[in-house]
Amino acid sequence: MFDATSWVVIAPEMFLLFMACAITLLDLWVSSTRRAPSYWATQITLLVLALWNASHALALSRPDFPKAFYGFGGMVLADAFGSWMKCFATLALAATLVYARPYSAQRQMLQRGGELFTLSLFALLGIYTMIAGNHFLVIYLGLELISLSSFALVALRREHLLANEAAMKYFILGSLASGFLLYGLSMLYGATGSMLLPEVLQSVMQHTAKRDILMLGLVFIVAGLAFKLGAAPFHMWLPDVYQGAPTSITLILAAAPKLAIFAVMLRLLVTGLLELAPQWQLMLMVLAVCSLLIGNLSAVMQSNAKRMLAWSTIGQNGFMLLAFVVSHANGNNLSLKDACAASMFYMLSYTIAALVSFGILMLLSREGYECENLSDLSGLNHHRPLYAGIMALSMLSLAGVPLTVGFYAKFKVLHALLTVPTTLHIALAVLAIVMSVVGAFAYLRIIKIMFFDAPEHGQPAALQAGYGVRATLTFNGALLLVFGILPASLLQLCEQAIINMLRHMSGLG
Amino acid sequence: MGFLSFVIWTPIVAGCLLLAFSGERYNRLVRWAALLAALVSFGQTILLYSRFNPILSDMQLVENVPWIPGINSNYHIGVDGISLWFVVMTAFITALVVLASWTNITERVNQYMGAVLVLSGLMIATFCVLDALMFYVFFEATLIPMYLIIGIWGGPRKIYSAFKFFLYTLMGSLFMLIAMAYLYTVSGNSFDIATWQALPLGATEQTLLFFAFVAAFGVKLPMWPLHTWLPDVHVEAPTGGSAILASIMLKLGGYGFLRLALPIAPDAAHRWAWLMLALSLIAVVYIGLVALVQQDMKKLVAYSSVSHMGYVTLGMFVFSEAGNSGAILQMLAHGLISPGMFLCVGVLYDRMHSRQIADYGGVANTMPRFVALAMIFAFGNFGVPATAGFVGEWTVIIAIVKANLWIGLIGGTSLVLAAAYTLWMVQRVYLGPIANDNVRSLRDINLRETVVLCVLGLSVLWMGVYPKPIMQAMDASVVKLTQHMAQSKLQ
Repeated sequence: MFDATSWVVIAPEMFLLFMACAITLLDLWVSSTRRAPSYWATQITLLVLALWNASHALALSRPDFPKAFYGFGGMVLADAFGSWMKCFATLALAATLVYARPYSAQRQMLQRGGELFTLSLFALLGIYTMIAGNHFLVIYLGLELISLSSFALVALRREHLLANEAAMKYFILGSLASGFLLYGLSMLYGATGSMLLPEVLQSVMQHTAKRDILMLGLVFIVAGLAFKLGAAPFHMWLPDVYQGAPTSITLILAAAPKLAIFAVMLRLLVTGLLELAPQWQLMLMVLAVCSLLIGNLSAVMQSNAKRMLAWSTIGQNGFMLLAFVVSHANGNNLSLKDACAASMFYMLSYTIAALVSFGILMLLSREGYECENLSDLSGLNHHRPLYAGIMALSMLSLAGVPLTVGFYAKFKVLHALLTVPTTLHIALAVLAIVMSVVGAFAYLRIIKIMFFDAPEHGQPAALQAGYGVRATLTFNGALLLVFGILPASLLQLCEQAIINMLRHMSGLG
Repeated sequence: MGFLSFVIWTPIVAGCLLLAFSGERYNRLVRWAALLAALVSFGQTILLYSRFNPILSDMQLVENVPWIPGINSNYHIGVDGISLWFVVMTAFITALVVLASWTNITERVNQYMGAVLVLSGLMIATFCVLDALMFYVFFEATLIPMYLIIGIWGGPRKIYSAFKFFLYTLMGSLFMLIAMAYLYTVSGNSFDIATWQALPLGATEQTLLFFAFVAAFGVKLPMWPLHTWLPDVHVEAPTGGSAILASIMLKLGGYGFLRLALPIAPDAAHRWAWLMLALSLIAVVYIGLVALVQQDMKKLVAYSSVSHMGYVTLGMFVFSEAGNSGAILQMLAHGLISPGMFLCVGVLYDRMHSRQIADYGGVANTMPRFVALAMIFAFGNFGVPATAGFVGEWTVIIAIVKANLWIGLIGGTSLVLAAAYTLWMVQRVYLGPIANDNVRSLRDINLRETVVLCVLGLSVLWMGVYPKPIMQAMDASVVKLTQHMAQSKLQ
């Protein structure tokens, strides 16, 4: 059972665990307030991991290679999809930490220790575990590791009242969500008698599982995942936490973990419980419609940028979930593949845009001044045309305007939705676009504030961020445009990864 | 990279480069560089015309390379007789707008010139692409620079107008996106517009697709009752923005009808022609009456644009060769006359900071040179023979009278209305005794303004006197389009 393959499969995780522990120890001997040694050790670790995972993913996509490797009796697996998701989560975290370090240092978040780095590494370990999990307990373990690390991260500014409140809310509601998920998983275990995903699939396909318990379990699983992802009506924690947490932590929550939750959603629902597709599709449809309505309509009315982005996240989640609502009637795997690839592409494009928008907010903040109200951005184009342009790109991408990557994300989802054009699907598509126009108003408002309004505070102070931050941010913004004009490579990557996953996990395709 | 790619990307690249030169000290450099880029771009389109073979009805100078292989979308561009003149006109008007905005844009000149050039390239691309996804990308992307042009350099209510413009048109085009996603699926994952045009479709499907396209292009053109964004936007946009909007951006809608809506859903178009004709007649007559009572010169010109665009749809929906070429000629004529009208209002506004007709009177006494040129556009606007307006309107009227005398008669009243509102404005603004001291102290137009208005005025006269090259180049393509639309695509 504990053969060499098992260790190869989890080698990146082991390396990450070792480095996280090592950096925790190393940090004890660091005395500088900016934690340079811990920071660089973290960044090097992340870089190595990103390259490692990318090379795994490339190897696993080769036709002469097995589609997936299993370890520890099938409890964990490594496939191209998982490796890509790990790679992107790692890169997202690396970019987040680049933006977060000066911001956090100015707010005395690094004075007592480098928890920002170590806790985010442990969160990343949770992300890896979740993505690699092929077994209910492994998945749950990963989820808890992410959750516990993020609870602590939100509370990192001990003396800050709002952050503490946010941490408390996040902790209580997050625990509730974990409870939901665990409850649902245990019911699934009860119904099928196994915690391994492939065995669960078998059992459901052969109709040996007890149907009513299975359904009840499914409801709890979908609710738990929706909680963690932040889809209405399970979104209540999200605006408060996004607003209350320091912006650096908000971004840590907004970028990488969502990729993991998305991956688990694909693994659990699409591959594990494919037989129950009509049921969970109905649930996801309700979630999607609620999220689209609530997220976009609420985003319009916000005056706090972080809160507005939080509501917009909910709306974006709704759009992404729509892709799952394709009919999977009589084994139409083509549309299933399209749908999963569309949602994966959507998640990635959202992550890039979220990194940019929160990155800009952090860049414009400085010691004793928090850039978080929309009016703080007023007249940005007057003195910082480059960053105003980058922020505008990110907003246009979120709104789904062409020449940015967000357009293809929206188009792919609409296309997936319309592969089986029933009245219901067309109605959903129409709702989605009407709500996108509502959301576009919120995003355009930020552009209006930056470009059309006069600066509020006169000449702003010089930026405190170094050239590394600026270069990363510019590169990050340019990605929106590059993938917006030449999306072929990213689209193909998503499609390939999804095809591989569907082939080896459910024996389809 | 072929020649047509250069035509598309030269202004876009030049515009992006200009963005790097922010700051007062570069203003002079930026203006000259923008003018140079715009002239080079115009020169390229003239070369394009010389390479164009008017005998062929097919796409010419075609380039086709995979763009997004995963979803089968290609960088597929080409021109035919329908798109050729729109490309030339875009580059022509852009160069004039750069020159016309020389001194009245003083803030962030590089961003303005950059936006105008990028916009020009995006619009040329929209006229050239033969791949539906790319068409959508460029069609929508034009909103971004225009939104910024209105919002940054516009008038007092610029923000309201910029939002109205963006959201209104975004809403319309998103319906088209759904239609495209559907067509992509039923055509077996193809974005080729020619494939879509040949695709057999059922009656209900065609109707839904047709109205999805009408939502996009009807807003853009604009058709009554989807026109309400236009007057607001025109009033608040800077002069150059108004000129581009009226001259070229509206034509994207008309072009979209000819390239996508009508050939893809011809049966639905025939079936709903009565509705489209009715809406067009309302636009022509009712909006003409609305224009008559306007107090604001820019609003008057804006309403006159809506009314003139009614002719375009009238021409298209009688489905005859003369109707289609009339629609295109009307678009081209309006593309030359309306920027002239807006630039004239801009000239006055620069001096008096008012667009109210009541503030003027007897301008001809103090600005004779200006008024002489302005009269060309005024006459063009109501279709006096020997101006471009005559060619467009006359062809359309002949076509609709052939199809139905009554529609022709109602449509023809617009000639009278256009003459009424244009001449009444001319009389109140330009003619008569000097109304007040502000008018008395007006300076006549300088050399730069004279050049802009002269070139534009000459082009209006040229198209009115000698439209043969224009008609010759588009003839073969129009015949092909008309034949295509006459065939049923029902299964």
